[in-house]
Amino acid sequence: MVPDARHGRDALDAFDGTTDALLSGWGRTAPTRATVWAPRRSEDVAARLASFQGRGVVARGLGRSYGDAAQNAGGTVVLATGLDRILELDVQKGQLTAEAGVSLDTLLRVLVPLGWFPMVVPGTRYVTLGGAVASDIHGKFRHGTFSDYVSRLSLVSPSRGAITVGPDEDPDVFWATAGGMGLTGVITEVTMQLQPIETPRMLVDTQRATDVDDCMARMMADDGKYQYSVAWIDCVARGKHLGRSVLTRGNHATLEDLPPTERAAPRVYSPRSIVRAPNWVPGGVLNHASVRAFNELWFRKAPKARHGELQGITPFFFPLDGVTAWNRIYGPRGFLQYQYVVPYGAEHIVRETLERLSKDRCASFLAVLKRFEHGNAGPLSFAMPGWTLALDIAATRPGLVELLDGLDELVVGAGGRVYLTKDSRLRGELVPAMYPELARWRARRDALDPGHLLHSDLDRRLALSGR
Amino acid sequence: MKDALGTVQSVLVLGGGSDLALATCRRLAPHANTIVLAARKPETLDAPMHELRALGAQRVEAVAFDATDYGAHDAFVQRVFGEYGDFDVVLLAFGVLGDQSETERDARAARDTIESNFVGAVSVGVPIITRLREQGHGTVVVLSSVAGERARRSNFIYGASKAGLDAFYQGFGDALVGSGVNVMIVRPGFVHTKMTAGLKAAPLATTPDKVAAAIVEGLRSGREVVWVPGVLRWVMSTLRHMPRAVFRRLPL
Repeated sequence: MVPDARHGRDALDAFDGTTDALLSGWGRTAPTRATVWAPRRSEDVAARLASFQGRGVVARGLGRSYGDAAQNAGGTVVLATGLDRILELDVQKGQLTAEAGVSLDTLLRVLVPLGWFPMVVPGTRYVTLGGAVASDIHGKFRHGTFSDYVSRLSLVSPSRGAITVGPDEDPDVFWATAGGMGLTGVITEVTMQLQPIETPRMLVDTQRATDVDDCMARMMADDGKYQYSVAWIDCVARGKHLGRSVLTRGNHATLEDLPPTERAAPRVYSPRSIVRAPNWVPGGVLNHASVRAFNELWFRKAPKARHGELQGITPFFFPLDGVTAWNRIYGPRGFLQYQYVVPYGAEHIVRETLERLSKDRCASFLAVLKRFEHGNAGPLSFAMPGWTLALDIAATRPGLVELLDGLDELVVGAGGRVYLTKDSRLRGELVPAMYPELARWRARRDALDPGHLLHSDLDRRLALSGR
Repeated sequence: MKDALGTVQSVLVLGGGSDLALATCRRLAPHANTIVLAARKPETLDAPMHELRALGAQRVEAVAFDATDYGAHDAFVQRVFGEYGDFDVVLLAFGVLGDQSETERDARAARDTIESNFVGAVSVGVPIITRLREQGHGTVVVLSSVAGERARRSNFIYGASKAGLDAFYQGFGDALVGSGVNVMIVRPGFVHTKMTAGLKAAPLATTPDKVAAAIVEGLRSGREVVWVPGVLRWVMSTLRHMPRAVFRRLPL
């Protein structure tokens, strides 16, 4: 189906690349059918966008949103992964421009040997630049989100066609698009600022925290020493161990941090996937017992305190990428990730969450606590100063609807919000309270798409755009 | 849209006055944006509409629908989908029990049962599924019956209509794989409803609310067939293979 590169880019003129597919998010829940169109050139997006009438269109990258953000039931999905060229790299200033379908995986393979690194990377390198902007992703870096380091975007929007925007150029459109869940247009190119790195290694400190209060206290006390910080929480532990955790914090290693023998070595970066999840896994493999056993092992395996360990980029930032298609381990009915942020001062909400999970014997295989120092100007951006907790939970768990609805109430009550990119089950009526600038975003969005051409299942489910 | 946990937002019920349909709607109402009840006499549905709104459904409407007015089905489907938008769930709950002794002797009465329960469900089901395919998602919930699993001498005309319905939607469900549209067949045993009022209850009899609970759980878990109560699956599996000479002597 994909045209033969040997025929040159002219062959792309004849390439249509349209096919029907059942699409779901990374959680593999609630699949819907859409017509998938895979353009190979940005110009084609501008030329064809207006033709997707009826049930509309939304862009999709590598499908790492957990829920239905990159699905469009009965409509068109623009699969952007074919827009895969790196267009410009200024190795003096550390500025990169690439098409929106380029993945962080591709970028890292190019950038790390040259001594550059993105300012913000998430927990997987299999995301596209367009998706990173539309979800305004974040990671272990607490000082900003992906869009904070984007200086320019090319966007194809229904009302204005192909435009270039940035924080200094049409900032309203830029910030409506950053975190805008793809509902302002199709992002085709991204220009971003990079950070220099001396080595492809990380200098990592690991500590165990005895409970969730201890964990948060340690993070507040000396996160300042680290560029990156994250805590893995054992949310099966109960009683006085409630929220016992493993804190992993680190900085990019400098040449001086490396043993003398390694200092002269080139910056090699060649991540590999270690294993692949089986094509089919029965439901219920990740149950309370197995998660509990894993958590016990994981907690005990972590050193009480270890300083200055050298780690590779992959194990530090992308541990789960080592298992290809790990989302299948949850079985055919899939899973969801529940991620929220609550402001500083609402630490009790995190503790209350863990208490409820533990009381309900709800095993979250992956519970991760991070911090944000500040938010940004994106009306739908997730980040705000505070604590963000992310929980992976099998969708089969009985009572999950009530448990998560209850947590939503806690989060809203504390002035927090749920992350739309991870969401697959929020009640739409809570969105205006979680995102107080929603009305402003809708006004900007409507100006870019007055005919409501842009649609996604997330939008339909939550009535994000207000239809 | 149906969410990751099978919670649905919009429901179209054909046979909106049936006890099973209303019991199901009561359970879906707290999270529902739209419930449309279609019945032959929509003007009789004021009380249930009021109740569903009180339970939290944002919009509840009643519309006229006649299962045997085949010629009107296409227009009916275009109108409800056009007016109320996508439906996450379409529940086919209409049907008649028929009087067995009468239908054995009266061809017209026999035909009425088959027409309502089977032909009507086929006639309206085809345009509904066409619309669901266009929207790329949705679940058709079909109220079948254990009576369709093996014909019993005491109600085989009703059983025949349900057997036809069940087979039609099983096949359709398989044809729809990959379309985003699912079919869930519900096979209750004897249910205490106004349709069965005055009849002697069969063993393992159940209630509308239990059927509703099983439907909601089936939507959550993405089931293709739901037996209510669940043990009927094994009971019917046994009965199905029982020699006829024995089966017809059973007091069923």
